[in-house]
Amino acid sequence: MTLDKAKKGSRVMIKNINDKDIKSQAIRIGLYEGAVFMCSEKLPGGPVILQSKLQEIAIGRGLAANIDIEGVR
Amino acid sequence: MAHCHDSNVNIKIKDGEKKLVLVGNPNVGKSVFFNKLTGLYVDVSNFPGTTVDISYGRYKDYVVIDTPGVYGVSSFNEEETVARDVILFGDVILNVVDAVHLDRDLFLTKQLIDMGKPMLVALNLMDDVKRNGLSIDIAKLEQLLGVPVIPTTAIKAEGLDLVLNSIAKARVGNRNSDLTKKINEFIDKVDNEAEALLVLEDDETVAERHNVHTSGLRDEIYIARRKEVEEIISKSVIESNKGASFRTKIGRWMLRPITGIPMLAVTLYIMYKIIGVFVAGTVVGITEETIMEGMYRPFIEGIAGNFVAQGTFIGDLLIGEFGILTMAPIYILGLLLPLIVGFYILMAVLEDSGYLPRIAALVDRSLTSLGLNGKAIIPLILGFGCVTMATMTTRILGTKREKIIATFLLGLAIPCSAQLGVIAGLISQLGAYYTIVYVLTILAVFIVAGTLLNKFMPGESSKLLIDLPPIRLPQLKNVLMKTAQKTWMFLKEATPLFLLGAFLISVMQYTNILTAIQNAVAPITVGLLDLPKETATAFIMGIIRRDFGAAGLTSVSMTQIQTMVSLIVMTLFVPCIAAIMVIFKERGYKDALIIWLGSFVVAFGVGGIVAFIF
Repeated sequence: MTLDKAKKGSRVMIKNINDKDIKSQAIRIGLYEGAVFMCSEKLPGGPVILQSKLQEIAIGRGLAANIDIEGVR
Repeated sequence: MAHCHDSNVNIKIKDGEKKLVLVGNPNVGKSVFFNKLTGLYVDVSNFPGTTVDISYGRYKDYVVIDTPGVYGVSSFNEEETVARDVILFGDVILNVVDAVHLDRDLFLTKQLIDMGKPMLVALNLMDDVKRNGLSIDIAKLEQLLGVPVIPTTAIKAEGLDLVLNSIAKARVGNRNSDLTKKINEFIDKVDNEAEALLVLEDDETVAERHNVHTSGLRDEIYIARRKEVEEIISKSVIESNKGASFRTKIGRWMLRPITGIPMLAVTLYIMYKIIGVFVAGTVVGITEETIMEGMYRPFIEGIAGNFVAQGTFIGDLLIGEFGILTMAPIYILGLLLPLIVGFYILMAVLEDSGYLPRIAALVDRSLTSLGLNGKAIIPLILGFGCVTMATMTTRILGTKREKIIATFLLGLAIPCSAQLGVIAGLISQLGAYYTIVYVLTILAVFIVAGTLLNKFMPGESSKLLIDLPPIRLPQLKNVLMKTAQKTWMFLKEATPLFLLGAFLISVMQYTNILTAIQNAVAPITVGLLDLPKETATAFIMGIIRRDFGAAGLTSVSMTQIQTMVSLIVMTLFVPCIAAIMVIFKERGYKDALIIWLGSFVVAFGVGGIVAFIF
């Protein structure tokens, strides 16, 4: 499944980021393979918001479609 | 095969002097430390081949060098490239960290530690920690990092002296042992450990300098480092969540379209009231009319009049209609400065409160269809203040493609504040119907131009990936300092352009080129746009100062349709001469020429179509 398909309120684990240009920058802010987030918000047609403790990240829909995830409990 | 590669940083170092480099994420208050260390005697040098300036000064035996704010050391953008070379150049590193944003800032800290240079950390913005329901075990953090960690609130001067006294205690921190092993295997091929690390992290530039290959390990190293950061935070930071839930809620409201759009509308309305009404009206009335026109102009004309006569070439050049000593300073200081300050204050409030990145997320979807991402909202908002300032801000955008699209849209369809005032005056004579036609036309041009550019320009725009910091109350002192810094940067960069612009226009006027251009444009305005001949003068004047142009229209008698058409052309028409020069400077000569001619064609084309329909 890709991140743009994640349901609001669900917990997801990042499996793979299929965007070479942005991958390293994503890791810097905590978005890497194995990291677990809650999908705290999804703007209609727009960015997906991921949350881990107090930290939140907004990810454009186009980028979210290139990020593989797995649901976790 | 060691080479010496200090040449990129052209700062003279005396014998026995050590190089102390200040490093930190953007907006962590680094400049307060820099000023405290260096005092008033600061030099600025442009970094070769970039638009980035670095400041340096002296403190005791140290040459203190500032670096641009970065999230990590690599070559993802110009700022990082510059920061990287200055860090490689340095002996001791002072890393300034935002205590509230440790999860964001410690990546850089750990990376610096892995470079193996002696360093110390200033844990800044401590006063915000408690207010955000956090507490930090500083002794633990110091133990985990292995370098001195000094809590500070730089803005209140708390802890600054302690930082200064601790510079001598800077030491090499706890480096990642796996990495150190790899660095040691590599060290012979480069000059030092820091360079070895960067090559291991796939920095092409550093690898090229030493004729070595990158290792392809960047992502692996970054992930390991990120995990270390998370572990350090889990051991040293305690979140009490007190008061956080309410702030989290506000943050959500800002994001959700159903609440976010009204909040944004109210925010923009307040901004308009403050800048469009109060600053542009009341403040500029005082600064431009009373001070600059009323006091400065007679003063400077009196002085200069002793040496040169008005009407001569030199006289016109200095104190004529578009004089370097008259029009330029009156425009920059009387009109632009208050507006720029106003805009920067409001943007700093939006930024420091954490609202700005949320606005970027909210508008991301709409801007994606124009080939931009949410971040582009920042230059687009600034454009309503000054297109010159906004064009400089397009530097924050990720790709060349986005920079070109944003620059074109700014020059084309965003009327700057100088122009808006006059447009508003003329529009009031139009009546509701034509006003709506005008607004819709400009909006349509904006959307169509962006959509077409997105469709036909090669390449791909970068996607939004943005950290949403917790919502917090901005601090006045911080806001004012940021404003002062940015305003100063703007004045430094834009003033030469405005002076050069005034010079060019004076020459063109004196040599009658201005009249010739006006006559050449006249057939288009009369034939295509169905406007009186004199409007050509107004359009050309609009290049000098957009508000001149719009004001020039007031003196021409026109029908309502003619007024509307001329306002459309005026708005879409090329920006003022300073903005044009900034476009050339930022985008390069070829792209700038296309942007410039493009906006000409669109302005007259759209004007012609509207004139034809009505």
